[in-house]
Amino acid sequence: MSLQAVTYLIVGATFALYIGIAIWSRAGSTSEFYVAGSGVHPVLNGMATGADWMSAASFISMAGLISNMGYGGALFLMGWTGGYVLLAMLLAPYLRKFGKYTVPQFVGDRFYSKGASSVAVICLITASVTYIIGQMTGVGVAFSRFLGVSNHMGIFIGMAIVFMYAVFGGMKGITYTQVAQYCVLIVAYTIPAIFISMQLTGNPIPQLGLGGHFVGTDMTLLGKVDQVVTELGFGKYTETTRLSTLNMFVYTVSLMIGTAGLPHVIIRFFTVPKVRDARMSAGWALVFIAILYTTAPAVAAMARLNLHATINSAVKSGGDLFAEDASIKYDERPDWMKRWEVTGLLKFADKNGDGRIQYYNDKTKNPDVIAKVEAAGWKGSELTVNADIMVLANPEIALLPNWVIALVAAGGLAAALSTAAGLLLAISSAISHDLLKDMWMPDLSEKGELMAGKIAMAGSIVVAGYLGLNPPGFAAGTVAIAFGLAASSIFPCLMMGIFNKKMNKEGAIAGMICGLGITMLYVFAHKGLFFIKGTEFLGLFGGKENFFLGIEPNAFGTIGAIVNFVVAYLVSKVTPDPPEHIQHLVENVRIPRGAKAVDGSHIH
Amino acid sequence: MDKSGKAYWKAVLTLVAQILAVWFIVSYGAGILFAPELNSINLGGYPLGFWFAQQGSMYIFVALIFIYSYLMGKIDQKFDVHEE
Repeated sequence: MSLQAVTYLIVGATFALYIGIAIWSRAGSTSEFYVAGSGVHPVLNGMATGADWMSAASFISMAGLISNMGYGGALFLMGWTGGYVLLAMLLAPYLRKFGKYTVPQFVGDRFYSKGASSVAVICLITASVTYIIGQMTGVGVAFSRFLGVSNHMGIFIGMAIVFMYAVFGGMKGITYTQVAQYCVLIVAYTIPAIFISMQLTGNPIPQLGLGGHFVGTDMTLLGKVDQVVTELGFGKYTETTRLSTLNMFVYTVSLMIGTAGLPHVIIRFFTVPKVRDARMSAGWALVFIAILYTTAPAVAAMARLNLHATINSAVKSGGDLFAEDASIKYDERPDWMKRWEVTGLLKFADKNGDGRIQYYNDKTKNPDVIAKVEAAGWKGSELTVNADIMVLANPEIALLPNWVIALVAAGGLAAALSTAAGLLLAISSAISHDLLKDMWMPDLSEKGELMAGKIAMAGSIVVAGYLGLNPPGFAAGTVAIAFGLAASSIFPCLMMGIFNKKMNKEGAIAGMICGLGITMLYVFAHKGLFFIKGTEFLGLFGGKENFFLGIEPNAFGTIGAIVNFVVAYLVSKVTPDPPEHIQHLVENVRIPRGAKAVDGSHIH
Repeated sequence: MDKSGKAYWKAVLTLVAQILAVWFIVSYGAGILFAPELNSINLGGYPLGFWFAQQGSMYIFVALIFIYSYLMGKIDQKFDVHEE
């Protein structure tokens, strides 16, 4: 069977599965629509959270990023997992005890203020909408590359599938589809990794293979990667950091607290029956996430070595990398390179006209490397490799069978669709519950609210699809913005709501606005007002990039969070304490006993 | 908040602080700040600092959440605030 046919078969089978689940799990009440009736088993919720959390970026892009960054890529690994420790201990159990449908509802009730909940709704919708653009474009890329349909067609198919289980099933449909999607994506991710680890190290477990020996040599795999990349002028794989140690530190903090503050992740913990389950479920979520996240660095290093070995035969033989016949001839390149050149993710330019491919770091300052490059007559690196290839083309690079390649396509789609659905639920519940029911139409009946939720969901899918088809110019920076928003506004606000009984509405609102404001200011200064090119205003701050302690804009959420905490604390000291019943509410949230099923009513 | 309520909350905060200390040491400590020094030690084929950053910290995070859940369950029982 041809690759195309196998891919259609496997992707079609997974889609049939998702639709089957959609038919089985329709939502009949607001409780089922918003929180799956709070009846999800903690282990299943852990799986669903894993799929909810691991997006197209985790599945497709992360290993490639680590592959390029080496050791410094660890900031994604630690940042996107360490947040679950915070979530498990600082937020999830308490918000589950509070027992309401949405995150803005907690903010509104705890800070006895519609203003506070409005700010939370704005943060939530902005964070989730920016995040969703990346998912939709990911769906389009996966479809067009693997199924040979146009980008647009791919997004339409993706929208239709999500529509079926998200609109009719709400959280209930999304939860059980996410469980299935987790299974698909984790199988799709680990199988190629196991094959490659076997080929390169003889050890089938990638996590151990990464620490193993490179087959046929007495060198460790990491030692071999280090040797090859440094000889070619790149930074040493196991030591290169991201800009600076301080920047890596702050970036990791941003991702961790951003993870803990992302509403579509938090609401997953409203679906379990008890407070105890919320704690355990966070643990299970991290188990399922860590299976992929500990595999990714192995994929990263092995793909890097594989790529160099494909282009330069001296990598395997251990000979001179700069020998003339070590670089492969362009005409003799493997088929997968030809296939990926078509997509533009891989580009070759024969700069020195010798018909062979030279791939090295032509910006290196290492004099030894420069001398060797000159002696060999190399005139610049001739290959441009998009980081996403490391996962997408990995099975082809390792010459794995067609069904594995097809599986990767299904996995990438599962990752993108599951995250998109979770985000869509966070957005539509904020619209139908926090805006419509709580602010504009308090008399709305349960049935009316359920219908409103479904309409809001359908509307959000259309908007997300539109943004996927016409990605705004700022699409590339969007995920970082979602984390910056969550880290600088939502996380501190929720934490203070639980851990500081005396925190009042004035403090919380001032904190959120200042935290968010300064983060956006820093990002906009670098990337333009609302990401419009040409409106950067770095000049106001001396014109130097990363002007604040060398911290890059993506990492600035941490600073925003600190500002949020400090401002909130100071303002709360000079304004009246929160009312007595709010302080009792906080005391009540802190103990597990008395946890009820989640509902939508208010305490005041 | 009554006396046992205060004692309960204090026990909770102590546990959270202890877990966060380990969380910080393995990721920010071993994985970032002291990674260069730890890299001179080898764990299997891994330089130790690199291992903490790209593998070890994640395993320890998982363990920390389960340890936290277990100990919180005990604290809840002790102060009689657990769920039925």
